[in-house]
Amino acid sequence: MKATQKLTLIGVSIAAAMVLSYVETLIPVPFAVPGIKLGLANTVALFLLFRLDWKAAGLVSLIRVLLSGLLFGNAASLAYSAAGAALSLVVMALLKKTGAFSPVGISVSGAVAHNVGQILMAVVLLGTDQILWWLPALAVSGIVTGLAIGAAGAVLIKKISIPIR
Amino acid sequence: MDKKKLRNDIILILAVLIAALAAWGVIALTQRPGREVLVEIKGSVTASYPLDRDLRIDIVTEDGHVNTLVIEGGRARIEAADCPDKLCVKQRAISKAGESIICLPHKLVIRISGESGVDGTV
Ligand SMILES: [Zn+2]
Repeated sequence: MKATQKLTLIGVSIAAAMVLSYVETLIPVPFAVPGIKLGLANTVALFLLFRLDWKAAGLVSLIRVLLSGLLFGNAASLAYSAAGAALSLVVMALLKKTGAFSPVGISVSGAVAHNVGQILMAVVLLGTDQILWWLPALAVSGIVTGLAIGAAGAVLIKKISIPIR
Repeated sequence: MDKKKLRNDIILILAVLIAALAAWGVIALTQRPGREVLVEIKGSVTASYPLDRDLRIDIVTEDGHVNTLVIEGGRARIEAADCPDKLCVKQRAISKAGESIICLPHKLVIRISGESGVDGTV
């Protein structure tokens, strides 16, 4: 892929991730800690992971977390998103490397990791381990979100098939 | 889709689901009725109130922010707060040991302890 193509794809991905981040702020997760998000923007990270590489996915996630934190969030929600996005990306990249899972399976693991990351950051920020009680509920909600994201991501990966190299 | 990958996906998802349900089971089995309402500001317990006595009190943080705690009929909730998001006010009333209500902007946690006394751990 040409550098300009890659750059365009990354730019469009950032825009898409920003839209999803905004939509996310309109859907509060009804339990656990305020500021926790569903992780819809993971769709974009998933897509980039398969179509480009983990570096592109990480770059877009980083920019998305910073921008959406500044635009729609506060310091705490930024810290949650950062922890969620980072853990999710690491898990997705590692699972993809094994070659044993489809985008849907990887997406589910990413969504669950996203929620675990957010909760762990909340434990650190609030200095209380009481919120670990929410982990099972968040894991299940992660499975549901992950299935939805994985289905959407799989379609994107199939339809937007830019030749890789 | 690749059949082997599909099978791996299903195993992976089931494993996560089973782990979550098992954790849930452990929590449900070990859950005890609450006795005390603990107020934690920035991670340290600053006050505790018995859950069985009705109460309405303004919790004031060092920076002068206010959350109004109400204990009524064995349940605790935040009735009013001057935080920007008001998410603590929207959270459900709590009554079981280990449950909590969090006000993130004020770094405030209201939680229920199964033991009496400030040192009680859940
Ligand atoms: Zn609040």
